[in-house]
Amino acid sequence: MNATSPKSPLSPPPAAPRPRVADRPDDADTSAPPKISVRGLDFFYGKQQALFGNDLDIAERRVTAVIGPSGCGKSTHLRVYNRIYQLYRDQRAQGEVLLDGENLLSPTTDLIELRRKVGMIFQKPTPFPMSVYENVAYGLKLHYRLSKGELAEAVERALRSAALWGEVKDALDRPGTALSGGQQQRLCIARAIAVRPEVLLMDEPTSAIDPVATAKIEDLIEELKREFTIVIVTHNMQQAARISDYTVFFFEGRIVEFGATRQIFTKPVHRQTEDYITGRFG
Amino acid sequence: MTTRHAHAAEPDRRRPRPWGDPLFRGLTAAAAVLFLALAAAILLELVNGSTLSLAKFGPSFLWSSAWNPVTGDFGALSSIAGTLITTAIAMALAVPMSLVIALFLVELAPPAVSKPVGAAIELLAAVPSIIYGMWGLFVFVPFMSDHVQPFLSAHLGFLPLFKGPPMGIGLLTAGIILALMILPFITSVMRDVLRMVPPVVKEAGYGMGSTVWEVARKVTVRYGVRGMVGACLLGLGRAVGETMAVTFVIGNNHRVGTSLFDAGNSIASALANEFAEAADPLYLSALVELGLVLFLMTFAIQGLTHVWIRHLERSAGRGL
Repeated sequence: MNATSPKSPLSPPPAAPRPRVADRPDDADTSAPPKISVRGLDFFYGKQQALFGNDLDIAERRVTAVIGPSGCGKSTHLRVYNRIYQLYRDQRAQGEVLLDGENLLSPTTDLIELRRKVGMIFQKPTPFPMSVYENVAYGLKLHYRLSKGELAEAVERALRSAALWGEVKDALDRPGTALSGGQQQRLCIARAIAVRPEVLLMDEPTSAIDPVATAKIEDLIEELKREFTIVIVTHNMQQAARISDYTVFFFEGRIVEFGATRQIFTKPVHRQTEDYITGRFG
Repeated sequence: MTTRHAHAAEPDRRRPRPWGDPLFRGLTAAAAVLFLALAAAILLELVNGSTLSLAKFGPSFLWSSAWNPVTGDFGALSSIAGTLITTAIAMALAVPMSLVIALFLVELAPPAVSKPVGAAIELLAAVPSIIYGMWGLFVFVPFMSDHVQPFLSAHLGFLPLFKGPPMGIGLLTAGIILALMILPFITSVMRDVLRMVPPVVKEAGYGMGSTVWEVARKVTVRYGVRGMVGACLLGLGRAVGETMAVTFVIGNNHRVGTSLFDAGNSIASALANEFAEAADPLYLSALVELGLVLFLMTFAIQGLTHVWIRHLERSAGRGL
């Protein structure tokens, strides 16, 4: 992986450059280089193969939704992008996953820098056992040298970006675990975006959260895609339709269909896709 | 009873048992209260047994360093000091090592290593303390006098702590034996605590780009802080009251010295050594009072730890 120095968390977010893909994903400009391209990705849990020859391009600064029935490999696929699967001894990935053209499955990849660039939000909120402030400062302290004041500024900016500042600005000293479920999830988003990643992976981020909080997070995702490339696994078909630009349909470890969300939801090419999104199975 | 005939198909009903729950509650409550009663009875008996000594020496028993069965002058200072010093040495050595071993076993070691090592630790935790005492006396004491103590004297001899003849026995040796004894104990509890931390919390830690050490220090350990403290408390409880292993190697001398090489004694070792020969009622009473002191010390340690844990949890929110 390229050891380019990370952007300072202090510089204001760069003005969103002209989107490299067309604004209306239906007629996406396919000539723009994808942020992530997956080529021939196989995945194994021990001897059991879970992903079969996945090929996929993830567009920069877009939301790509990953849908499919339970156990189809959606999360497994997502967990390759930051190599979090490597925590488990018997899990193994083969093939190529190019992040800005560099294969992140290469054994020389710096995992720490990879995980700074590729943040992850989990199904259950995962606040660390420390204060709200410390939660957001956690990654900043790992990856940057900041003075106290700079740190405080960066924490505030991250909390504002995660639409949480107003609710917690008087409670920064309270334990992160004392927030409500929806707030905890936005805290985790703040923690992830504080280190200025490029890609955000979200593994069913709203499945443990009530509808009102879910709506807030969906609005937030809408905002965040100006700055980040987002890949979101979801069980909720309406959610995929609402927030994503592209949709990938997985079935039994294979990518059945991939395209602009509008196309997938209005005129899917494959019969399986249609059956799934119309609720005939899954 | 015509209705009974009308519903002939209905099977016989068991009668309600209104006494069931109260009886069960009473039995369980009695069992629980028994503990309280037992603790109270022990305390009462200790106070009762030490009346003579309490009346003669008063509170000065605690800070008097006298221990003379011939003149009937007794004080607990050397025993209390010995207990505290050996326990402190044991905890200072055992707690960090246990933490490191437990982290290694849970976070880093492949199963081919962690399984046999884990089994060995459980086995060591179950070895009776007299085995540690014997091993300590026959193997460890010579090792201390031949190697460790001369080395410490040579390099740290300018400190009064490491002065004196390297006899092998003494407070330092007792502390190290205690450390070895409580190490497997604390490690095995800490390992269980670390295993209970939900994988997704660790994943979130690694997902932020943390190293193993960073996740362990900032996330996992904090997550299990209550259990960790509990593990240390269990070890501490064993160390404070440990008798056999200490008696073998501590030297059994009622003198308050300045060196860790000095032969000393702990409350438990003094009791084990001297009960049989305490013919004089005042001597016996003084020994019982030593027991009372140990009982109250244990009690105080437990209480303080509870306060400390509550404080930790309240401040877990604030940046440590």
